Amino acid sequence: MAKYLLLKHYRGAPAAVNDVPMDRWTPEELAAHVRYMNDFAARLEETGELVEHQALRPEGTFVRGDGEGRPPVTDGPFAETKDLIAGWTVIDVDSYERALELAGELSAAPGAGGEPINEWLEVRPFLTCLPTVIE
Amino acid sequence: MNEALLRELVPVVIGVLVRRGADFASAEDAVQEALVEAVRGGAGESPRDPKGWLVTVAWRKFLDAARAETSRRLREIRVESEPAPGPGEAADDTLRLYFLCAHPSLTPASAVALTLRAVGGLTTRQIARAYLVPEATMAQRISRAKRSVSGVRFDQAGDVATVLRVLYLVFNEGYSGDVDLADEAIRLTRQLAAMTRHEEVAGLLALMLLHHARRAARTAPDGSLVPLAEQDRGRWDTRLIAEGVDVLQAALARDRLGEFQAQAAVAALHADARSAQETDWVQIVEWYDELVRLTGSPVARLNRAVAVGEADGARAGLAALAELDPALPRYTAVAAYLRERDGDPAAAARLYAEAARQAASLPERDHLTRQAARLNARLRASS
Repeated sequence: MAKYLLLKHYRGAPAAVNDVPMDRWTPEELAAHVRYMNDFAARLEETGELVEHQALRPEGTFVRGDGEGRPPVTDGPFAETKDLIAGWTVIDVDSYERALELAGELSAAPGAGGEPINEWLEVRPFLTCLPTVIE
Repeated sequence: MNEALLRELVPVVIGVLVRRGADFASAEDAVQEALVEAVRGGAGESPRDPKGWLVTVAWRKFLDAARAETSRRLREIRVESEPAPGPGEAADDTLRLYFLCAHPSLTPASAVALTLRAVGGLTTRQIARAYLVPEATMAQRISRAKRSVSGVRFDQAGDVATVLRVLYLVFNEGYSGDVDLADEAIRLTRQLAAMTRHEEVAGLLALMLLHHARRAARTAPDGSLVPLAEQDRGRWDTRLIAEGVDVLQAALARDRLGEFQAQAAVAALHADARSAQETDWVQIVEWYDELVRLTGSPVARLNRAVAVGEADGARAGLAALAELDPALPRYTAVAAYLRERDGDPAAAARLYAEAARQAASLPERDHLTRQAARLNARLRASS
């Protein structure tokens, strides 16, 4: 078993096949999308493969330390220039192929016109905590 | 009640319930519930007959559940008064449970989870924590696995090899939590070895014992990996090594070699060397030759290349490595190691850094990064 992160970008990924912003979808299209996402998560839980499913708000701030006794420095948000993460799903699956298959399903959530968005998702393997015992 | 003792009884009691006519999935649920009750103290301090107590409570739980579900099912269940099986039958039942939980129709992850619950007697929460997934996910994985094997006859003989693969996974891919999965894998393999005279069961048990013996020496206090050659051999557990060697020798004497026996033989040769320099690398290469012959596994070939590098020099190791696919996991790490031994620290540093980027685990990545840093520091100092 291995854990993978399926990463969804607001910005920074190549354009989706069905690339219409959500605010131009009809209410029915939005509802269908939400339903699809909920069903996807429920199905993953049912197969025993779901670890977590999270969405992020779009605003973000860069922060860094600025020396002892000084408040941290903040900057940004860097509008329109930076990669922007929208959310993620963590799965625990038997193979890389299965991770790709699930990412494909998630990417195909319905969007404008009820057609699959087919957006680009990033699939990232987790580093495990422990090495295999047998060298 | 003693939790370790209770957990040993889990497969036996599931067996009793199945013999009385319960289906495996319901029997397994009922025994888990009885176990929870026992741990909560429902059985008092220590009943004189823990097994009898567990059978009674589990059977009651099963009947309650069956009644709640449907009264029709009850008619198919044989009478409660059927005598409990003798020790021989109990061992057979436990063995059948191993086969059922490792059934080939299950994915490895499902087989591991089901084995830990039905044979190991762990709770779903303990298993979920051990594999760092939510309890709900693990519960689904287990109930799905139970559904998958619901059509399998309980008394059907299984394949020992599939059981061994599951136990090997439990041993080798343990994570965290309050359960020591390596200990648990050894306990389950030991129990299996007591029930069957299969050479490879003994081989796997020996392999686990010999590796477990080095566990304390394998990690530094800061959590970093200590490679075999640098381990403090005084910290190896000589009792486990002696047991592992005994188990292995008895298995090898039966002259039916298998991959786990061959791997254990390599581990035994390492355990036998008082210092890294005294390691019998020539014999280790021979065992890897056997392993390659038995399995054809590319991982065995990669390990063989390392052993050849020690036995016949880094040049020979690199030549053996050159025949392998560079996409193999740890190929680059092995290449880095052999390059350094061959006197090319610049190439080795570059390869170690690359290997760190490819590493699948944090401790491994950190170890490889330290190797690259060590060589780079030396290169800077000499330039």
